[in-house]
Amino acid sequence: MKKSALPDPFEEARVNKGYGEMDDQNDPVTMILGLKDLRKCAHNWKTFQSGAEPGRIVIPSEVNIRDTRQIPFEVDPPEHKDFRALVEPWFKRPLEADYKAALTQQINDIVDEVLTKDSVEVVGEFSLRLQSRALTLLLNIPYEESETWISWGTHVFRSEGEALDGDKANILYDYIDERISKAIENPGSDLYSMLLAATVNGKKLTREEVKGVMILTFAGGRDTVINAVTNSIAYFAEHPESLDKLLGDPDITGKAVEELIRYFSPLTQMGRVATEDTQVCEYAIKEDTRISLCWASANRDAKVFENPNDVVLDRKINPHVAFGFSHHNCLGATHARQIMNILLTTLAKKVKSIDIIDYKENIEELGEFKRKVGYDNLTVKFHTR
Amino acid sequence: MAKITFITTDNKTINLEGTSGSVMQLAVDNGVPGIDGDCGGVCSCATCHVHVAPEHVGKTGEASEIEEDMLDLNDYSNERSRLCCQLEISDALNGLVLQVAESD
Repeated sequence: MKKSALPDPFEEARVNKGYGEMDDQNDPVTMILGLKDLRKCAHNWKTFQSGAEPGRIVIPSEVNIRDTRQIPFEVDPPEHKDFRALVEPWFKRPLEADYKAALTQQINDIVDEVLTKDSVEVVGEFSLRLQSRALTLLLNIPYEESETWISWGTHVFRSEGEALDGDKANILYDYIDERISKAIENPGSDLYSMLLAATVNGKKLTREEVKGVMILTFAGGRDTVINAVTNSIAYFAEHPESLDKLLGDPDITGKAVEELIRYFSPLTQMGRVATEDTQVCEYAIKEDTRISLCWASANRDAKVFENPNDVVLDRKINPHVAFGFSHHNCLGATHARQIMNILLTTLAKKVKSIDIIDYKENIEELGEFKRKVGYDNLTVKFHTR
Repeated sequence: MAKITFITTDNKTINLEGTSGSVMQLAVDNGVPGIDGDCGGVCSCATCHVHVAPEHVGKTGEASEIEEDMLDLNDYSNERSRLCCQLEISDALNGLVLQVAESD
């Protein structure tokens, strides 16, 4: 097994029964594993709701550490549509030329920096910094603010040995509260100020609603982006020929981004709460119990993907669900895709090869399954082209 | 060379010409509203959904099973729906008229 490989632990259960089971803080989860079943459940928001108790659709559940509803993520149609329409144009800004140029500069700088070092711990010294700096663009706030987020470490919610850490979560929530207060006092051109000035259905957003959007923005794009970037470095370390391929044929970069994100599936799963007794794969789901949409499993479904466990850099048809599916698809996907696109382009131009010196895998314990989602640490040496 | 017409959701007509690549890319490159092509054309995002004019269904042919599966769960799809990232520009598409589908 290559060091960069992410095995599929769900295959047997997916093929034989279509679902898996895990407990999570005494609120069990039926995991939907096949792509077609998952898509149907994701689309059926009436039976499988997101607008349950705040924090409950997240796995591990955050009901004990969070009361604020994340928006639009934990709101169902029809209310969802107006909230989503409000934030959608802001989250499409990564397509604008100025945004792309600033992000390109950031990624160029950090790649240039790591090329000068004898060794780099990728998670902390590369991915976290890259993600935090890029987030200043998404929020449209000064670059220096990223230093605060970098100082929080790699996980806002998680810490060693504990799935959930209320104290760490409070660091984020208190920070966001403080920033909202500052934006009320001194409105600017940042995301906080845009939200504070916005109306949905003729009503101004409440402070709690603004906080809900901001928590989603911070939490949703942290571990996911860090894992995508770190896993990319591990992959290219063991596949330097892929860097050459991207350099020689840059037109495949977009496809390569989609394929790496399919293969990595940086978010393993997301929950829903059943609003009625129902069934999936002939398995009974009781009202007020949880299912999960297991993106990581669906993205290896051999009924849809040829050679699902291989990275096929220029995979042409790739109907993956790594950014979710249907109404609640990832709000930050445009930002994430732009980061990955520029990262791949920059690495291909500047990096000849990467040596893995040391690593520790990050393994999620999911009931009957154990899934590698990335690395706790990954130390490498970058070699210049 | 193919002349392709897009009718937007607010009934504006946009006439474009293309020689190669996908119809989605032609639309994105020319800023057709409602055609986003978020996934770059790998049939993952369904943000390039169009309805083919009834008289032109023969030009575009039928959707593949994978594309069909995506469209099945789209609230705005009908029997003339296609994801235009899966339509390759060629002379055969000359004169094609596509209605940009609504989306949430």
